[in-house]
Amino acid sequence: MKALSQKRRHPLAAIALLLMGLLITGGLYAAATTVNEAKASTTSYSANDVEEGGKLFAANCATCHGMGASGSGAGPSLVGVGAAAVDFQVGTGRMPMQMNGPQALEKPVQFNDEQTRQLAAYVASLGAGPAVPEESLLDEGGDAAAGGELFRTNCAMCHNAAAAGGALTRGKFAPALADVSGKHIYEAMVTGPQNMPVFSDSNITPEGKRDIITFLKQIETTGSPGGADLGSLGPVAEGLFVWVAGLGVIIAFTIWLTSRTS
Amino acid sequence: MSAASTAEPAFAAKTKTGRFTDFVDSRVGGSGILREFGRKVFPDHWSFMFGEVALYSFVILLLSGTFLTFFFDPSMAETHYDGSYVPLKGVEMSVAYNSSLDISFDVRGGLFMRQVHHWAALLFVASIAVHMLRVFFTGAFRRPREMNWVVGGVLLILAMAAGFTGYSLPDDLLSGNGLRIIDGVIKSIPVIGTYISFFLFGGEFPGTAIIGRLYVLHILLVPALILLMIVLHLFMVVIHKHTQYPGPGRNDNNVVGYPLGPVYAAKAGGFFFIVFGVLALMAGFFTINPIWNYGPYDPSPVSAGTQPDWYIGFVDGALRLMPGTLGDWQVEQDWFGYVFSFNVLLPALVPAGILFTVMFMYPWIERWITKDDREHHVLDRPRNAPTRTAIGMAGFVWYCVMWAAAGSDLIATHFGVSLNDVTYWLRTLFFVGPIIAFIVTKRVALALQRKDREIALHGRETGRIVRLPHGEFIEVHAPLDEYKRYKLVGFESPEVLPAVPNEHGVVTRKEKRRAFLSKWFFEDRVAPATPAELEAAHGHGHAAVEAPEEAKSLSH
Repeated sequence: MKALSQKRRHPLAAIALLLMGLLITGGLYAAATTVNEAKASTTSYSANDVEEGGKLFAANCATCHGMGASGSGAGPSLVGVGAAAVDFQVGTGRMPMQMNGPQALEKPVQFNDEQTRQLAAYVASLGAGPAVPEESLLDEGGDAAAGGELFRTNCAMCHNAAAAGGALTRGKFAPALADVSGKHIYEAMVTGPQNMPVFSDSNITPEGKRDIITFLKQIETTGSPGGADLGSLGPVAEGLFVWVAGLGVIIAFTIWLTSRTS
Repeated sequence: MSAASTAEPAFAAKTKTGRFTDFVDSRVGGSGILREFGRKVFPDHWSFMFGEVALYSFVILLLSGTFLTFFFDPSMAETHYDGSYVPLKGVEMSVAYNSSLDISFDVRGGLFMRQVHHWAALLFVASIAVHMLRVFFTGAFRRPREMNWVVGGVLLILAMAAGFTGYSLPDDLLSGNGLRIIDGVIKSIPVIGTYISFFLFGGEFPGTAIIGRLYVLHILLVPALILLMIVLHLFMVVIHKHTQYPGPGRNDNNVVGYPLGPVYAAKAGGFFFIVFGVLALMAGFFTINPIWNYGPYDPSPVSAGTQPDWYIGFVDGALRLMPGTLGDWQVEQDWFGYVFSFNVLLPALVPAGILFTVMFMYPWIERWITKDDREHHVLDRPRNAPTRTAIGMAGFVWYCVMWAAAGSDLIATHFGVSLNDVTYWLRTLFFVGPIIAFIVTKRVALALQRKDREIALHGRETGRIVRLPHGEFIEVHAPLDEYKRYKLVGFESPEVLPAVPNEHGVVTRKEKRRAFLSKWFFEDRVAPATPAELEAAHGHGHAAVEAPEEAKSLSH
């Protein structure tokens, strides 16, 4: 009798465990996606910043990018990429690169804000390029609806309509944008890191970029009106959920309904 | 029967309820129906309940769908959104998308009903699929149920059609992309493709007619056909009676189980509410098809991660797997000044065509090979029909490879692998997967049969080693009780049927083919242990050791 009741309980326990696992994963994901506030940054660099940045560059970056950032076989020239490119790559931890791969991955940031600023100042001093955006473009005060239209037309084919990310060829990918600061989103648009195309100001105006950031931050703070969003991955996640959780629970019930107390 | 009851005018019921029921009964003969149906016996097994899940999902779809029709407007006229979802405020969109957003955000309970409807749709097709797998692998499609297998297959196709027409209705970006793929597939049909496309969309894609047309199909024609097929399906279930798993006392002339009334009716009624409850919980806690994320349809943007709902996924996957060139040969050909898009036509229609053709024909294929025209009401355990099980698994794996290909981009991003590699592997598996699945499944089934045979003949290994007086060591085997042994030996095992000449004394080529297939099906069969073998096995050597063991195991 005891063995029988244990046997009967076992598959249900497995399904309960699965549901718990899904709930915990979903909960952790929700907790992890908190908003990062963009920080103010000045675009005027002092001679001291440039000098300090040069030292940091020689110590940390020149191995691949060459002395004077003129490039080498292992890394491209950085003359003219601008302060925005440095602020994005170093500020998100993509540079210095951890290892070679299809694309530089995000990782814990290696330099503090001051050092990042100095590196940006140094690279900016080598040639004209996109600057770190002004705070007024990052205030999330734009038109979210217009930003949404721009996002769907220009960004969604790689980043997914809900900004959940997507695959590119040969191991490259467009990352999810949920926890990316407005400043980094803006810098990515003007510098085109990794495989991303450059969206110049004539392509998407600075106001348009501000709208896109507003849109992204708005959908992030709005959350999912319909309940857990299953990763905003669309029908694949939904299909997986109905097969595993939906049918799983129903099979548990069918077993319960047809079990007999022999 | 009703004629007989009306011929007794003398009966007068004593209570009000009695008089009322007698009034109804004497006019519609309800008691006769109830007597017939109430005594209908259904065998109890969890795997028999997926058809019920499908039926209940359909009922839930009708209920929630009716609610949605109150608020949905299938017009493709242009409007500007002015509802409560801020990120879309003022965006130009179709009235259909606008009303879908209103259902989601401004109709009380609307989002919940939309989610119930969509989850129920996914569950509807999923339960049909699982039900069909159960029917296939247990051999329940054999005579007399071949026709019902076909009706079931038609139901699967209708369910997919219902799902697809409904998926497109909100006119959001995701479903519009899906519709565009369908348009491309239609246009790839040589000669008539473009004409069909223009006819369907009322002009160049997307036009202004398609949503209204799909709506009529979705709420009128397809559900009516589904209902008709369900009636036919259930009617045949009643005529044929339900199949049952093999077991002591069960044969092709009886059904062992509970009568419909009251036990089974109560269980089935309760089960409806369980299915409803599960779907309601899913709809309440998990979002499905968040159309507000996708935005209004516009032919220019295509979002990453665009997939159809799961049941169309295998077609999408086949399209994704198809290469544009084979070596130097362009799959898209320009013949006589016309473009033939075989790179779309082949993957979109051929795998699905093969799957459904083989599925519909399978009962007749097996009947032809085995020459088995008897009625079967006792199911096969999948291992006892190794070749059929292996064929089923090969088809299942083939389907799953295409199905997985529809999520190739998500496989790449979530497992940190290259999208190209995922595609190359799946392309390989598309051809190799079914073969591996066939061989592995057949070997596993045969091995399980051999294990069953071994256990039937020699009993279960107890792990107890005994030393006999003359020094020999033996392991004690505990014999099975009769009920368990019946399950292991009481099954049919068809043999190879060699080719036989027809009435003219000629062995036709068709007959030779049949004989070849029969050999392929059954040549390595594992025969069930015969009574003589059982007798012999129990007669020899360790009978003396087994006897006391049997006495002990009586208390199991």
